[in-house]
Amino acid sequence: MKWNDGNLDPVLHAHGDAHGHGSKKSYLLGFALSSVLTAIPFWLVMAQPIASPGVTAIAVIVFAVLQILVHTICFLHVNTQGEGGWTMIAYVFTAVILFITIAGSMWIMYHLNSNMMPGMMTGQMSEMP
Amino acid sequence: MATTTHDQAPADPTFFLVEQDDHDHGTGGGTLLGFWIYLMSDALIFAALFATFGVLSTSYAGGPTPREIFELPLVALNTAILLVSSITYGFGMLAMEKGHVRGTQAWLLVTALLGAAFVGVELYEFGKLIAEGATPQRSGFLSAFFTLVGTHGLHVTVGIVWILVMLVQVGQRGLIVENKRRLTCLSMFWHFLDVVWIGVFSFVYLLGMLR
Repeated sequence: MKWNDGNLDPVLHAHGDAHGHGSKKSYLLGFALSSVLTAIPFWLVMAQPIASPGVTAIAVIVFAVLQILVHTICFLHVNTQGEGGWTMIAYVFTAVILFITIAGSMWIMYHLNSNMMPGMMTGQMSEMP
Repeated sequence: MATTTHDQAPADPTFFLVEQDDHDHGTGGGTLLGFWIYLMSDALIFAALFATFGVLSTSYAGGPTPREIFELPLVALNTAILLVSSITYGFGMLAMEKGHVRGTQAWLLVTALLGAAFVGVELYEFGKLIAEGATPQRSGFLSAFFTLVGTHGLHVTVGIVWILVMLVQVGQRGLIVENKRRLTCLSMFWHFLDVVWIGVFSFVYLLGMLR
């Protein structure tokens, strides 16, 4: 990221640890973007400008993912150079595991619930000859 | 990327120079990467809690639903507090890099106060919920809610304690290399908690109100 390179102590920067080395510009940019990306989903849910709750839910999730990316780049300063790329690799790995854990759990348990519902069992039983 | 470097290593003498430069962090490099790995493992704890909440989010057991108990203005206030505390910590880091001891301490103090306000609002919310009968043992949804949000609140509390410790450390020894390293780790911790909170307010509160 270009804005990470401005306004830095050259000696510290030569060590190559990219953590916490943001410029004022990157923090302010991150803050401005985060404010907008927080305000929009709150407005979407509180004022309900979109009639469909499903579409609103998808919008909320998209804004959350965008804001997490903004925080990662502007506040946590994750980039491909930091620690020889290992912070980035660990981050991407964690994101994959996170997605599998959350989406996988909800997927499996949703199907388990809908297949094991007591009401559904009696429904199937009554259809039996 | 790493594979390419290793493949070229025998032919390329600068490989050793790059390696040496990598090890020349002295105090910073290894600790910062290690702390980053810790944060990623902490993210996996939150992943498990988010998954639990996701599975149990509609298990009301005849108890209150999110729409009945959540107060979005309170959540918006807490979100704003935590977001502002993120940037005040960022300004603290900028002051640290410039070597301003007073500035670093002032921004750290502001961050700690904002963190305390966040925990205060959260405890007020929890107290209100429990007074209304929406206790953790009322339903699976509420158990998962209190565990997830409570774990985040506990992290913020630990972060505040850490900030106070660093205020003392910086006051006693100034901005020495060790303190700079600690403040950088704390910076990652604090920003990480803000990232987790994005997940909490989006998936727990906002999506809860839509259900």
